[in-house]
Amino acid sequence: MSMILGVPVAVLFGQLLLGIINGAFYALLSLGLAVIFGLLKIINFAHGAMYMLGAMVTVIMFDAMGINYWVALFLAPLVVGCFGVLLEYFLLRRIAGQDHIYSLLLTFGVALMIQGILTNIFGVSGMRYSMPDIFQGGFKLDFMFLPYYRAWVIFMALLVCFGTWFMIEKTKLGSYLRAGTEDAQLMQGFGINVPLLISLTYGFGVMIAAFAGVLAAPIYSVTPVMGSNILIVVFAVVVIGGMGSIAGAIITGLLMGVIEGFTKVFYPEFASAVIFLVMVVVLLIRPSGLFGKEA
Amino acid sequence: MTIMKKLLTTAIASAMMVGSAQADISDDTVKIGYLADMSGTYRDLAGPNGLKALEMAIADFGGKVNGAKIEVVSADDRNSPDAASSTVRRWLENENVDLVAGMVASSVTIAVTKLLEENDSLGIVSGSAASSITNEHCTPNHIHYVYDTYPLANGTAKAVVQEGGKEWFILTADYAFGHALEGDVTRVVEENGGKVIKTARHPFPTSDFSSYILQAQSSGADVVALANAGSDTTNAINTAGEFGLTQSGQTLAALLLFLTDVHALGVNAAQGIQLTTGWYWDMNEEARKWADRFMEETGVRPTMVHAGIYSSTMQYLNAVKATGSDDTQTVRKQMMDTPINDMFATNGRIREDGRMVHDMYLAQVKTPEESENEWDLYKIVRTIPGDEAYRPLSESKCSLVSKN
Repeated sequence: MSMILGVPVAVLFGQLLLGIINGAFYALLSLGLAVIFGLLKIINFAHGAMYMLGAMVTVIMFDAMGINYWVALFLAPLVVGCFGVLLEYFLLRRIAGQDHIYSLLLTFGVALMIQGILTNIFGVSGMRYSMPDIFQGGFKLDFMFLPYYRAWVIFMALLVCFGTWFMIEKTKLGSYLRAGTEDAQLMQGFGINVPLLISLTYGFGVMIAAFAGVLAAPIYSVTPVMGSNILIVVFAVVVIGGMGSIAGAIITGLLMGVIEGFTKVFYPEFASAVIFLVMVVVLLIRPSGLFGKEA
Repeated sequence: MTIMKKLLTTAIASAMMVGSAQADISDDTVKIGYLADMSGTYRDLAGPNGLKALEMAIADFGGKVNGAKIEVVSADDRNSPDAASSTVRRWLENENVDLVAGMVASSVTIAVTKLLEENDSLGIVSGSAASSITNEHCTPNHIHYVYDTYPLANGTAKAVVQEGGKEWFILTADYAFGHALEGDVTRVVEENGGKVIKTARHPFPTSDFSSYILQAQSSGADVVALANAGSDTTNAINTAGEFGLTQSGQTLAALLLFLTDVHALGVNAAQGIQLTTGWYWDMNEEARKWADRFMEETGVRPTMVHAGIYSSTMQYLNAVKATGSDDTQTVRKQMMDTPINDMFATNGRIREDGRMVHDMYLAQVKTPEESENEWDLYKIVRTIPGDEAYRPLSESKCSLVSKN
């Protein structure tokens, strides 16, 4: 078998594929962050908590009401999205126009509260959630065994990423959104309800995070702290991609998943740091990020 | 006359000793500081319920020892040696804490025990796993109570090698505890004719284990061993299941599993897994009785760490009562001289290196058919006598062990 740096090529193919799957989660989460920052200029530190809520709501709905995975895939993001809208309406709106640091602190505080309350109720050992039977088993590829569910994750994540990018960059609704955040007064003059638009945008960004949470529920331990573990990485991804760049967030998310995957083979101890190393290098060479517009 | 004189002086001397002994409980308070991960990865195995166990012990003891009141303070160490050190320094220097209890992440414990030594204070470690805590990191100021990585390796790894698992892949949490466990397992595997062909060290904590599981699969090892804990272990076990690791003929060995982990995995995912534990709530009548009381308080069944916190607190308070002192070395000596027979251990004893040696148990997770309720999880396969389970003093690198 041919080898690269002492690692069989087949193993590297496997890691590439896994990297893309993990990258799909990073892409989904950083996409929501990029939408919220790009359009509302809010640094949403509650994003990890929303991802966690998506997963927790899925498990709780199943345990309490027997609501299955397929329904949860739509219902859980909707529930969490509504929560996001309320959060925007009652809290975030009050600090609109202030320095970014206010939104950062506010959302961080909200995230800690949500996490603390749920930790008190559910503990941190993780809640059981089994995947639907249809996903049992997987593809036997030449170089690895790919569980059906992981393939499903890539498919759904890419679908949502592309759909979001298309909606914001290419449709009329998207152009309203972008215009509403550029010049709210003018848009209101045209009879468009800008505050509602902003609430819905925040809710939408949060929905994407919750959607990622539902996708994660069958494969990762569902715990109240699952969001805080991933949040910092996702922020690094957004910074590398360029704050607010939607396409940048998606591409960088996938790329970082792959880089992290390879690091796990060649130098596993460094896996949690490699993304931050990339971030430092990118910030030194291109301070506005790979896909950001030069200020 | 001389006899009378002798008797009299002895009587006066002992009266004075009793008198001074009572005054020996500093500021008339025995203050216990409970330090644990209260909100992170290791919360459920010790955490707030460990504090409950500690308070149960104090209540059962009567709330007072030799007339001095017993107080408890607690703090979240956030699995950070720095945060833990600053808390404990404050406890020892400003708040007159006499005993630090709990202690989970091994990295935290090693940092805290150094502080205890500097201040000549006492610590009883119930949650940590690293065997180095009573080996190269031993101090005359702490006791390691419940279990450590040495018996974990001796129990589980030995059993798996003897069943024919010769080539090992070890997946290790990249910090003090994981390193200690990896070292102890490697030794046991090699002593029993096996071989470790590859190790991979993952950052703590990690949520996605697919990459490591894939490496384990392509390594061709007979056994994939998990030298990690808490949600890292449950995540790895779930991912191994998803990627069909055991279907392709490899054996999965989890070296440290707590009752709360197995409960989270459920018997469907965890059935058949072998593990080593220091205590199980359903192992005898006394344990069951205590576990029932614990469940009334907390709503869950206790882990071995919860039981160990209760038992060790009782031992400590009994030693304070017997000696009439909360002086560190007086109490530690008394604890070392007293065999431990309670709901936690039979014939337990504390060695000069601070290791509490007691019987350990090789257990197997029940099948869904065998399990009668959500906490009916283990059957005990074998009792490993304490002296066989723990590192013999002859192999110790602890400076307190007298080499004859």
